[in-house]
Amino acid sequence: MVVRLVNAVVMSRGFPLLSGVDLEIERASLNVVTGANGAGKTSLLRLLGGLDSLTSGEGSVVGVDLLDGDLRSLRRRVGWLGHEGSFYADLSVRENLVFAARALGRPVDDVASAVERVGLTHRIDTTTKQLSAGQRRRLGLAWLLVRRPELWLLDEPYASLDDAGREFFDHLLGDVLAGGATVVVSAHDPLRSSDLAPRNLQMVGGRVRVS
Amino acid sequence: MTRIAWLVATKDLRIEARSRVLLWQVLPFGVIALLLSGLALGPTQVGNSTAGPGLFYLVTLFVTLLMINRSQALENAPGTKASVATLGLDPAGVFLGKALALTLELWITGLVLLGGSVLFLHIALIGTLQAVPSILVTLTTLAVAGTLYGALTRGGDGPATLLPVVTLPAFAPLLIAGERSFSAALHGGALWEWWVIVVVALVAYTAVGILLYGVLEES
Repeated sequence: MVVRLVNAVVMSRGFPLLSGVDLEIERASLNVVTGANGAGKTSLLRLLGGLDSLTSGEGSVVGVDLLDGDLRSLRRRVGWLGHEGSFYADLSVRENLVFAARALGRPVDDVASAVERVGLTHRIDTTTKQLSAGQRRRLGLAWLLVRRPELWLLDEPYASLDDAGREFFDHLLGDVLAGGATVVVSAHDPLRSSDLAPRNLQMVGGRVRVS
Repeated sequence: MTRIAWLVATKDLRIEARSRVLLWQVLPFGVIALLLSGLALGPTQVGNSTAGPGLFYLVTLFVTLLMINRSQALENAPGTKASVATLGLDPAGVFLGKALALTLELWITGLVLLGGSVLFLHIALIGTLQAVPSILVTLTTLAVAGTLYGALTRGGDGPATLLPVVTLPAFAPLLIAGERSFSAALHGGALWEWWVIVVVALVAYTAVGILLYGVLEES
């Protein structure tokens, strides 16, 4: 089991972001978290990434206990793609990816193949702030390809992607799952692709309903 | 730790070289502030240059605050913070890297402002050159302390306005020591005791930063 949450509560300044989540996620599975704005989708992903702390309840992610474990070691094993972008705006595509690769001790040679995979080879020396929103999203995916995390946390990854980008993204998800990684995606709507057979998790008022 | 420090420092310096915020925003601000200081003192006052070292450090303080905010803002951009957090970088390495980059930026700024002080405040050139080593050490200490306090205020509301309030009490002894050693180089006088204050502070802030930067990042 990659994720196990029991009555997980996350509070921020007295406000409950998650109000008692029970959830189990198996390895190499695709999980889509849907729900209205403010339902707690991003908060759930942030908890799974070790970016927010558990206020009460129990939980573990990739074997790291969320209450007593080393959250820094957890973060090294997850990949995060937020909806704002994920990199330094004044660095080029190549420089951002080389930074991530060197930080994690990954081969820098992986950068070129990741950029080619996401279709940004022609923009590799362009600064990130000059990229379109969809290209920044592709850079975020390249960042994850370089990192090769065990658990992919993708916060509304379809935002800003055109139809070709969405199709590419679905193919990429298939490859990631085939490689044994686990994926949790937040989205307003269920995935378009029927080939991936995702497990749908609906969030309502900071709780998860599995459908 | 040193590998991450080097990685973060080169990243920060590359961003600075690319964005040119230091060149086109911070340095002009500092030079104009020095020019206005010279005008405020008037031609008879500036001749003796007694106020020069103090004004140099006052302008340096303003510039340092701008650069600390800039340094921390790089990590605080929407999305960047979460993504970089998932790299799990060694916090001591991040602290040293950011402090190193800020030190180099402050050294460049300090040398330009020194030139401006000679020009606009009529400080003696020979004495100013003698003061350069003590100024570089003081700027290094300001950079190290500033990196620590920058991380402390980064997560709060309005970090740009919170930073001066938090840092001024900590910076005051450093600025006084720097001004005293600068004045001693210009007009003669004891230098060592002021050096000791700055160097002890540098060692202390470096040790605290290495130990606690991770805690500040988490908070």
